[in-house]
Amino acid sequence: MNIHEYQAKEIFRKYGIPIPPGDVATTAEEAEAIARKYATTVVVKAQVHAGGRGKAGGVKLAKTPAEAREVAAKILQLTIKGLPVQRVLVTPAADIASEAYVGIIVDRASKKPVFMASPAGGIDIEEVAAKTPDKILRHPIDPRYGLRAYEAMQLAFFLYSDIKQVRAAAKILQQLYTAFSENGGSLAEINPLVTTPTGDVVALDAKMVIDDNELERRPDIAALRDESAEDPSEVEARQASLTFIKLDGNVGCVVNGAGLAMATMDLVKYYGGEPANFLDIGGSSNPEKVVAALRIITREPHVRAILFNIFGGITRTDDVANGIVSAIAENPLKIPLVIRLTGTNEEIAVKILEKNGMSAMTDMDEAVKKAVALATGGKAA
Amino acid sequence: MSIFIDKNTRLLIQGITGRDGSFHAKQMMEYGTQVVAGVTPGKGGQRFENQVPIFNTVAQAVKETGANATVIYVPPPFAADAIMEAADAGIPFIVAITEGVPVLDMTRVYPFVKERGARLLGPNCPGLISPGASNVGIIPGRICTPGPVGLVSRSGTLTYEVVYQLTRAGIGQTTCVGIGGDPINGTNFIDCLAAFERDSATTAVVMIGEIGGTDEQEAARFIKDKMKKPVVGFIAGQTAPPGRRMGHAGAIISGSAGTAAEKMQAFQENGVGVAKRPIDVVDLLKRAMRQER
Repeated sequence: MNIHEYQAKEIFRKYGIPIPPGDVATTAEEAEAIARKYATTVVVKAQVHAGGRGKAGGVKLAKTPAEAREVAAKILQLTIKGLPVQRVLVTPAADIASEAYVGIIVDRASKKPVFMASPAGGIDIEEVAAKTPDKILRHPIDPRYGLRAYEAMQLAFFLYSDIKQVRAAAKILQQLYTAFSENGGSLAEINPLVTTPTGDVVALDAKMVIDDNELERRPDIAALRDESAEDPSEVEARQASLTFIKLDGNVGCVVNGAGLAMATMDLVKYYGGEPANFLDIGGSSNPEKVVAALRIITREPHVRAILFNIFGGITRTDDVANGIVSAIAENPLKIPLVIRLTGTNEEIAVKILEKNGMSAMTDMDEAVKKAVALATGGKAA
Repeated sequence: MSIFIDKNTRLLIQGITGRDGSFHAKQMMEYGTQVVAGVTPGKGGQRFENQVPIFNTVAQAVKETGANATVIYVPPPFAADAIMEAADAGIPFIVAITEGVPVLDMTRVYPFVKERGARLLGPNCPGLISPGASNVGIIPGRICTPGPVGLVSRSGTLTYEVVYQLTRAGIGQTTCVGIGGDPINGTNFIDCLAAFERDSATTAVVMIGEIGGTDEQEAARFIKDKMKKPVVGFIAGQTAPPGRRMGHAGAIISGSAGTAAEKMQAFQENGVGVAKRPIDVVDLLKRAMRQER
């Protein structure tokens, strides 16, 4: 789960990381009032779940409250990587002497959290990583001990030479690791970590991604989810316990299991169609899930045919058949439907479908070919 | 013969009285798996289906029954602890079916299990089956048939699809292993490929990969350097858009790292037969097995 910069900053502050103050505004007027309160030059920053917002014009300086109002109005109208900006963070501008990068991710190769630190922080960190990898120090952490003091010092010496700044940064790194580990992070990042002309070390930005599997046991973190910042059909899918990703093709796909869902999409493409979505109805699927899946998919006007590909293991194919029948009773389909069912309770499922004037196929390739032919009017396949 | 489990496997089921655990316990018993014990804290002394003794702790179950493998169906918040309990009780082979185990839990579990010399399969995996001998997990037994092909996969239902097509084409299996799609899992492709290479009954291997990470690329190099048996591969996610999440935490592409194209190329370059569709696995295998003889 993504959280906003201002939310990540609230978490980091709790762990003692020095972060300048700031307030969130949803209108230009609120942004102006906040700027007046701080009575200094402010930065207005888009709060949106997309990287590269600075380059997209989502971060601007404002010298006066009137200017803050003006830039906030502009930023609140932006759409960055398909996501509309609905909130801005207004924060006093800092004087910057240097910019560094520090971050933690869980690395699948070493099976450990890995710290990354670079003295060359800022908006071009990806380029630094690609072109001058020696400017990034990677350090795996044993999660049973956390980031030990000497490890934090090693990393901090890579960033700074002034011992006061090294000690300050080492403390921040340990605080960042604790925030990451105690809140179920899969990523935590400060970019930039700056030094000021007076020598202080301060976090000017904060980013955190939470492992979805942590949300059940951390209701306070789960409550940080901002559904207005996500794609509406993906929100609806999640509420129905489906995994859904919208694409632009003509064949809507309803599948159980992520691997089979991807393989089904690949086969649609192989036979000349284009998948309209990724949709995984998961393991133990009840009929309501199928109803929700059909509602979400049929909303897209570019979908010309719908393909069910269900291999019943834990999933009972009769549950899926019942779901299809009740979804269509509720909301008759205007486009053709191809159903492939095999596995657990297949015979019952086929009877349910036949009683309701539908049929099921057992072969995946044949079903995909048929769906593609229906979606393209027989032009492909 | 087979890998990891056979007819002598004495299986413990952690979470045997839960919804998923009890359902699959019955399935595994019907298949002929030797289910020797169950664990549910507070239900020690009872019997599952009037047959299998239930214990309060894994240590007790191991002491009383000599269980040498365990399968875990406990809910995600307790799964990490269940895995560590099994490893501490000296069980050498641990299969974790549970989906949704926090990845930071796994960063602590992995070294713990390793230090005790146990092998962990999963979490978030369908388990494994040695057709005709033992079924541990949730793979439907009736789609499998005994034979000479080993199969290893990161996926669940896609594994069933490929096994089903193999069985329909008359190609049986030594063992089918689902390693799971989580970012941190106990057993990877190379572990399974090495075991299949050593297994005298296995003459060819199928591996089913997915987008995300570099495990398949490393496996491809291992196949070239260390294996004599032919391997056929399939990668799901050729049409996945970059940077999007496809349900499995592991199936994330960032930049060019871990795309299907990259993995298929690694297969090609290292002498692994590349199936464009799941059904192509059948023909590629038949060809590879003919050349083998």
